[in-house]
Amino acid sequence: INFILVFNRQGKIRLTRWYQHFSEKQKSSLSQDIVTQILARKRGMCNILELEGRREARGKAIYKRYASLFFCFGIDWNDNELSGLEVLHKYVECLDQYFGNVCELDIIYNYSAAYQVMDEMLLGGHAQETNKKIVVKHCKGFDKLEESDSIVHNLRASNIA
Amino acid sequence: MLGYPAHFGQIECLKLAASPLFSDKRLGYLGTMLLLDENQEVLTLLTNSLKNDLNHSNMYIVGLALCTLGNIASAEMSRDLCSEVEKLLGSSNMYIKKKAALCAIRIIRKVPDLQENFVQRASSLLNDRNHGVLLSGITLITEMCVASHETLLHFRKAVPVLVRHLKNLVSAGFSAEHDVTGVTDPFLQIKIIRLLRILGKDHVESSEAMNDILAQVATNTESSKNVGNSILYETVLTIMETPSDNALRVLAINILGKFLSNRDNNIRYVALTTLNKSISLDINAVQRHRNIILDCLRDADISIRRRALELSFSLINESNVRVLTRELLAFLEVADNEFKPSMTTKICLAAERFAPNKRWHIDTVLRVLKLAGNYVREEMLAAFIRLVTQTSELHGYTVQKLYASLKSDISQDSLTLSGVWVIGEYGDILVRGGNYEEEELATEVTESDVIDLLESILAGPFANQVLREYIITALMKLTSRFSTATSSERVKQLLAKFTTSIEVEIQQRAVEFTNLFQYDDIRPAVLERMPVMEVKETVIAGERLNSPASGSSGPQASAAAGPSDQDLLLDLMGIGTGGGTTNAQISAGAPSTAGSGQANNVDLLADLFGGSNISSPPTTSKPSAAAVNDLFGGLGSNSSSPPPAPVASNANILDLLGGGMATSTPATSPPAAAVAAAAGARPASANSNASSQNSSSQKFYPVYSKQGLAIAFTPQRDSTNPNVVNILTTFRNEESTSGGTIKDVQFHAAVTKTQQLQMRPASANEVAPGSNVTQVLKIANPQKTPIRLRLKIVYTTPNHGAVSDFAEFAGFPEGAY
Repeated sequence: INFILVFNRQGKIRLTRWYQHFSEKQKSSLSQDIVTQILARKRGMCNILELEGRREARGKAIYKRYASLFFCFGIDWNDNELSGLEVLHKYVECLDQYFGNVCELDIIYNYSAAYQVMDEMLLGGHAQETNKKIVVKHCKGFDKLEESDSIVHNLRASNIA
Repeated sequence: MLGYPAHFGQIECLKLAASPLFSDKRLGYLGTMLLLDENQEVLTLLTNSLKNDLNHSNMYIVGLALCTLGNIASAEMSRDLCSEVEKLLGSSNMYIKKKAALCAIRIIRKVPDLQENFVQRASSLLNDRNHGVLLSGITLITEMCVASHETLLHFRKAVPVLVRHLKNLVSAGFSAEHDVTGVTDPFLQIKIIRLLRILGKDHVESSEAMNDILAQVATNTESSKNVGNSILYETVLTIMETPSDNALRVLAINILGKFLSNRDNNIRYVALTTLNKSISLDINAVQRHRNIILDCLRDADISIRRRALELSFSLINESNVRVLTRELLAFLEVADNEFKPSMTTKICLAAERFAPNKRWHIDTVLRVLKLAGNYVREEMLAAFIRLVTQTSELHGYTVQKLYASLKSDISQDSLTLSGVWVIGEYGDILVRGGNYEEEELATEVTESDVIDLLESILAGPFANQVLREYIITALMKLTSRFSTATSSERVKQLLAKFTTSIEVEIQQRAVEFTNLFQYDDIRPAVLERMPVMEVKETVIAGERLNSPASGSSGPQASAAAGPSDQDLLLDLMGIGTGGGTTNAQISAGAPSTAGSGQANNVDLLADLFGGSNISSPPTTSKPSAAAVNDLFGGLGSNSSSPPPAPVASNANILDLLGGGMATSTPATSPPAAAVAAAAGARPASANSNASSQNSSSQKFYPVYSKQGLAIAFTPQRDSTNPNVVNILTTFRNEESTSGGTIKDVQFHAAVTKTQQLQMRPASANEVAPGSNVTQVLKIANPQKTPIRLRLKIVYTTPNHGAVSDFAEFAGFPEGAY
């Protein structure tokens, strides 16, 4: 996977993650391009887009629509598209389980958590863990650690004071 | 970050990441990942904190660090932290192991040399039970195998292990954790199958080991859901790319067929892509689905349309070319602009390769030009014109059709260009009229109509500079084709308008052509028809039609003798490049070459001979010999009639060297039949040169000495090219025997097939008594065979009249040259 884009129906981008190197200009032009193309597609159409023209970003984009959000992965030419769609679905399921009935607002306000889930599932563009339970378990572990850590820190600070 | 520049945050993020507080750390790393990428210099500051965190006791922190490293590492960072990652790869913690594996992938990609460090650990990963670790491990190994071939060989041993894992997955019972709608851990399955594909490529043993399991997967996986389909897709890909046995292949193609008829667009897309890939393997199977593919061409979805288009082009072969081309042309009418250039090119290429007859070919290209003329590439246009010149019987037809289409529509650039050119060339056929086809009568066209049309195009909005140039040239050609004086007058007037044009090219042409009107005697000759151009395979970089194995005769089909870079030159000078086409057409070309001015052509000709011999494989030496003979036919040497059917090049030489004179042609010639590269000596001024050409460093070989003409060779290896020998030929006139100036000296030479001969013009055509004439011969001898020359010498002496003689020379020391 070369990049991930999550955006809503108005074209506003919510989450991005770039696993390959792109310059700032490329990133923005690529995202704009993809957003416009995907938003223009009708319901019954194939979920696979071919990205042509740009040399670095040659490849395909697979996308899926969940409620008001579009999730889009950019993959290489010879990757299995159907499996990519599966990974996409898995990601959304993990988000769902972590947040409990996720909606767009959850992602807007807790974007760090959404990124956390993403990083637990995918690293460097490859899937590392596809087991929903484990992914969510680790994310919750992170949260607990953070809480305990901050409590300790506060205690220490108040003690000194 | 969400579109806003965020440089201010970078240092803050780094500071956060370094803090001991976990929440800060977490935010800091997240921010780093979002704001920085591998090219920023600030990233190096992160290396230290990463190093510390990689050694932390808390696994989450280690995880965070690995994550950051895996997502944005640069080359230097990878090098620095490589050892840490290696250590972590060996840790017992699953969580860390899988992250470390994926991190290693990134490191390897950035710094390929570090790959060897990871090979050991990676193999141990394969034996793990945890799916996550297995997944990452397999991904790591896949990446390594793709990157380096030795690793691939190393991991071939792991095929049985992989097969075992796959088997477990497929036959395992329901497992709640890894299940995705009924299929156990499809991701792992897919990854394993993919790795098997890479390992099994071109390797029969491994493929055999995989055969059973692949068959099992293919048959057992449920294909109602996307999951199942993705696994089947991967399996089909693997079966295609490894040398598996036929039953499996049949199975795979059946699956693809099922995919094609599936209603889900994704699946159809995937099927089209795979069919494209597998077309080299099994064309017939794909042909069966041709109709479905053609339907897909009209699908609403653009991705599917694109795939179907590519696939259709690969499907074209002799039997279905008409049907398919018709479909494709229909599609061309409605296609989006982005498709048009590649479509036109491909249609023309396909037409060229598979045209059942010329008329159909011309029709098809005409249609393409009409539909999408603006998107046709130049090479296609050139090919079309070439084709037109070759099919002389269809000249009338072609010119009529082009005229009609031009009258109706002049907006298509290429159409207008080719139309104008053809009208210029064959304008007389156009006005001659008469029927050219079974039922259809040719429309009556008068000369003024034609000139009107050209004038209107000139005045029209589409006339750009190139078009105007073409039209001017066409108008000129028409003056020699048309018989009425009024046409010439009109042309003169039109040209006069352009003599003051701003564009240099146009002005030049107009002025020159206007002046040409004064030379009425040579005007027809100058404006003669263009000779037939050679058949050349049009090759466009990157746009080759996917030719299945049967169509591989393409490049050889050209059998062109003339080199392509000489084409333009020769066309300019009105000399055919020769070769490739039938002899009949060449002899038709020969008289016209006789007409073209001799004077300034010989220099070119000298290059020609060098040129026309290069790159002619022995099989095509016959046509080229024929062509060259005819070329020389035009120059007034003794080749009487065009050589008979290419019996043997031997026969050609005999003809060239004078209609069967048997005097000194040695009987041993046949096996060494040579490619004739005859050159006539050019008249030139006498040159008195000391006869002692035998300078001390060069040897002097007497070649022929009769009736007062003495010829000698002085060979010398060429300094720039070790395979080339320069021979200085000296003609000397011994006055005592010749009795005066020897006139009309012509010197023809031929070398063996493995060598190539190039003759420079002689310094003179007459040898005055006591003086010398020199001529340089260059022989390219890449195979270092002994140089043998067969010579024909023609001259006129006052004493002995016209003499024509043969000689053979093989006097160079063995192995010297």
